[in-house]
Amino acid sequence: MNNLLPIFVAVPLITGFLVMILGKFIRNLHKYFTSISMLLLLILSVYAFINLGDQTLVYVVGGWKPVSNFPIAIYLVLDGFSVILLCIISLIGFIAAFYSISYISRYTAENHYYALFCLMVAGMNGVVLSGDLFNIFVFLELSVMASYALVAFGIGKEELEASFKYQVLGGLASFLILLAVSLIYWKTKTLNIADIREVLKAGYSKTFYIFIQILLLSGFGLKAAIVPFHAWLPDAHSSAPSPISAMLSGVLIKAAGIYVIIRLFFNMFEISEEIAIVITTLGTISMVLGVLLAIGHWDIKRLLAYHSISQMGYVILSLGIGMILISRGKSPGIAALAIGGGLFHLINHAVFKGLLFLNAGSIEYTIGTRNLKEMGGLSAFMPFTSSSSFVASMSISGVPPFNGFFSKLIIIIAAVEAKFYFLGFLAVFASIITLASFLKFQRYAFSNSSRNNKHAGISEVPFPMILSMVLLGFLCIALSVLAFPGIRDLVLGPAINILIHIDAYSSIISGM
Amino acid sequence: MTVFLLCFILFLVGLYGVFTRRNLIKIVISLSIMEFSIFLMLILIGYIDNGIAPIVTPGDLNPIYVDPLPQAMVLTAIVIGLATTSMLMAIAIRLYRKYKTFDIREIKSLRG
Amino acid sequence: MEGMSIIVKKVTQLLCGIIFLYGIYIISHGHLTPGGGFAGGAIIAGSFILLILAFGSDALNLKKEVIESSITESIAILIVILIALAGFFFGIKVFFANYLPRGIVGELISAGAIPLYNIFIGLEVASAILTIFLALVIFKEESQT
Repeated sequence: MNNLLPIFVAVPLITGFLVMILGKFIRNLHKYFTSISMLLLLILSVYAFINLGDQTLVYVVGGWKPVSNFPIAIYLVLDGFSVILLCIISLIGFIAAFYSISYISRYTAENHYYALFCLMVAGMNGVVLSGDLFNIFVFLELSVMASYALVAFGIGKEELEASFKYQVLGGLASFLILLAVSLIYWKTKTLNIADIREVLKAGYSKTFYIFIQILLLSGFGLKAAIVPFHAWLPDAHSSAPSPISAMLSGVLIKAAGIYVIIRLFFNMFEISEEIAIVITTLGTISMVLGVLLAIGHWDIKRLLAYHSISQMGYVILSLGIGMILISRGKSPGIAALAIGGGLFHLINHAVFKGLLFLNAGSIEYTIGTRNLKEMGGLSAFMPFTSSSSFVASMSISGVPPFNGFFSKLIIIIAAVEAKFYFLGFLAVFASIITLASFLKFQRYAFSNSSRNNKHAGISEVPFPMILSMVLLGFLCIALSVLAFPGIRDLVLGPAINILIHIDAYSSIISGM
Repeated sequence: MTVFLLCFILFLVGLYGVFTRRNLIKIVISLSIMEFSIFLMLILIGYIDNGIAPIVTPGDLNPIYVDPLPQAMVLTAIVIGLATTSMLMAIAIRLYRKYKTFDIREIKSLRG
Repeated sequence: MEGMSIIVKKVTQLLCGIIFLYGIYIISHGHLTPGGGFAGGAIIAGSFILLILAFGSDALNLKKEVIESSITESIAILIVILIALAGFFFGIKVFFANYLPRGIVGELISAGAIPLYNIFIGLEVASAILTIFLALVIFKEESQT
């Protein structure tokens, strides 16, 4: 199974470039070929997830053995935390690619779209699998560059402006990250994550490393849209085509932003209490500010984009609580609960936010507008869209028995048990305002049949779009089974172990 | 140490340019200044005293080479910088075609 | 887009072949001297761009050129990934392994599969930069007519 790791990066790359060549000669090949290769990636990642268990797989690219205990090769590492993200990327990638079969037919230059899509997935897989810092930077740039082009895909005024703003801020973030990587290389003379951990154990100067940590937090925070770095997200996610919005909001801000923050702060640096408090504060502010800024918008996708900021705030809040508890050295049980809740909410958010963006795309496909004031009474004509949208809205608002309720409940219980009562109260408050926003969405889009009678002739969307939405809707209900402690330990247990036990990651590499 | 501080000051000059300039092309040029300052810093980090260029020539000497790893990193990062700059310029040209101006204060059809 | 004056055209006719040859030298000696795939590819692209700038885009059939260079780029990078994947079957059976014989340090044909990588990466970078330039020229042509 060790040989499987480079396949995750090689398969999307090969697919992307084959689509570029063959798309000019064979018609309609690009759609089905992309969907088939995304399905292959999904099967491989689920297979890796089932067979992994508690072990950590390391793959040495090029076969270079360590020289006098100094790792000189590029390592690809698959542990319990990476495999969860790999599954999420493949799942949302497959569903978005399948949805695009009928949605993208109204744009020209379709083979460019599928090639860029495959490059984005290849880049994200590379970030999740790589074991050293500069490789993370290269694959991060690859995926983010593809997403810049995809946001500007329909070349209208708004898309171009949104893409330019996104590019300038994203480029700024990348250079901050490169500066931090070069400063780390200056002090430790190595780039391997596990090896940096070993070198840092021998002593370091605290102020310099707090400067590096602030640089890394700013850079990756810009990619993950944490407040105060969130200014690009509403424009970029609302102007992109809908399957790309689902991919960006559902996977890219997690794989390129939050995953790397967790990996570096838990497994590479020693957890210091000041940085943990900063992370928790930023998470809380994102959570509250996201919902408050979403009030009063009538464009569906802008509403959904602001709610993405808020839900990412939940994840960062729970991880910050876990970091504070670990750095104080007591109550590891509550830290495990907090981190488990955060990871569960990560998985849930990918599923229900993807479904919500696909619904918004379906509405736009049939009616042609995104303004809530011009819709009404769609549930009579579009049954699949309205029922899956109902499931997703109830999930994001935290209504039982859907998956959002259980993950938010775990986060609030962890906050209360760790005696952060104010943070628990703010989490409940943000959840109530989310419920209000999505009740407005449901009412204006689907239920209000007496207002507008001009949409009387429309029909349901084509079959690939229906199938993708129904699949995600089933997953929304099925994932709530992860709330039970037995199943949660089975699925999320290895991930939590890697993050909590301080030297579990670095000892694998140095033991080779 | 002073050379690293000067590289960092060049980085801050680029950062100031990104935030305060109004012309689209000047924003792109400021981003390029930022990235070149980081490349300079990377290569200067790899310098070892009395080292020569890291090229292996057949012979029997054992000279001191400077660190070749930052040079490889800079080569890769230059290509990434090329892709970033060309992407930005393509979008800037299309924006000029749509809005008839390069001024970033006029390009404001998205608000909120 | 029109071409430039006759002095520029004559000098370009003499020089572009030499620049192209210099680019091939940098690519093929990538394992002996500084340079390699990226730098050599950029120089080769430079020679083509010099030709287009000097003679004007009216002398070319732009749509055909951009399709050809785009296909060349994709094929070149597919061959790079295939050579890397072939490491699964030969040698020490790892991705990106160096499975061809090493040879003596300092010769032109040595260091395993590295010259092959250099050649195809050079081809890829040259056609990529040419595609970007041709796309910008086509955009300008279309918006002027």
